[in-house]
Amino acid sequence: MPTADELLDFPALAGLDAEHRQLLADLAETVTLPPGERIFEEGQVADACWLIRTGRVTLDAGQPAGPRYVVQTLGPGDVLGWSWLVPPYRWQLGASAAEAVTAVRLDAAAMRAAAETDPAFGYPLLLGFVTALLPRLHGTRARLLDLYGNPRDR
Amino acid sequence: MLPLPYRVAGRERETGDSVTLHLEPVGARIAPFAPGQFTMLYARGVGEVAISISGDPSLDGATLTQTIRDVGAVSRALCRADLETRIGVRGPYGRGWGLDTAAGRDLVVVAGGVGLAPLRPVLLGALARRAEFGRIVLVAGARTPAEFLFRDQLARWSKQSDLEVELTVDRPADGWTGDVGFVTEPLGRLTIDPTRTTAFLCGPEPMMRFSANVLQGMGLPAADIRVSLERNMKCGAGLCGHCQLGPLLLCRDGPVVDYRQARPLLAIREL
Repeated sequence: MPTADELLDFPALAGLDAEHRQLLADLAETVTLPPGERIFEEGQVADACWLIRTGRVTLDAGQPAGPRYVVQTLGPGDVLGWSWLVPPYRWQLGASAAEAVTAVRLDAAAMRAAAETDPAFGYPLLLGFVTALLPRLHGTRARLLDLYGNPRDR
Repeated sequence: MLPLPYRVAGRERETGDSVTLHLEPVGARIAPFAPGQFTMLYARGVGEVAISISGDPSLDGATLTQTIRDVGAVSRALCRADLETRIGVRGPYGRGWGLDTAAGRDLVVVAGGVGLAPLRPVLLGALARRAEFGRIVLVAGARTPAEFLFRDQLARWSKQSDLEVELTVDRPADGWTGDVGFVTEPLGRLTIDPTRTTAFLCGPEPMMRFSANVLQGMGLPAADIRVSLERNMKCGAGLCGHCQLGPLLLCRDGPVVDYRQARPLLAIREL
């Protein structure tokens, strides 16, 4: 189990006070994932989220019998998994460890229950996760602009 | 203002639309360049265009290395120039990256697409004087793995211990093991000391704005962020005004500008 202070390493949790970080630490475990480990599959119940400490994770989409298309990679400091936050609590993408990964795994159902019970915990928690999500959204939008294409082709 | 004749002594295809030319003077040569400066290259009978110098500034200048993307008539003629073709060269022009003023500091170099070309002299120059700098980090993005410039060199740099390289693509291809995402994503994962870091950014302007936002979010002052801006350079000497951006004539006052100056200018739709 990580300590409350160790959770300060993750920008998403920077807004939580010590008491709430301890609450979260009690719901967390430190995990090690070997390279190639399948972390979750599209459509499965989103029962956790991970705060990546070291290593890289790929997010992918594809067909059951076809290739998987990597849509994004995540690295140290990133949050892996958002679908646990909102119904229907199912993963929208798959995820694999691209290399050896160490991460903090947080129990989603317990986090949600604690957040609903105590909004003073839930609001800064949600704010932290949204703050961490925004740069990913900006990056995805920037990719949609296809900025590196030849201006001749526009 | 008269172009000096150079010959194409070497030619490398970088990507589907980009070529690096190695030019040697036929007679007199242009003055030594500083990283970030550009030349005006003249394709005989077609026209003249501003092109960034992408070579090693620590070499003696006998060979001029320029990387050109085929975006129009002149750049297409230059990209198609065969060995021994004569090309007119004027320059070097403009203010460069000011690498010397970053001595003793960490360097974060952020390149998008062909924006890596004018940043390559920064990296080559800093690596040639490695002890004078702290960390050197390159974050480079491309549309696909095949669209990185200088791929062999990037592969070598990725294995060096004195340079941190983060490569990311918008769309991966089979065999790609690097990152997938916009440059702001690996950039945002860096741990930097904002009190001793200088950042050099080159690429499409939205990319530079987004990257500068990330760096400023890390506490880096705008004064320590330098961007290379591109406008319609014609004379190269601050005379014709074609490259005006607000109070700046970019051929003379740029192309490299610190972000304190650049930020408000990049937010104006038309000047």
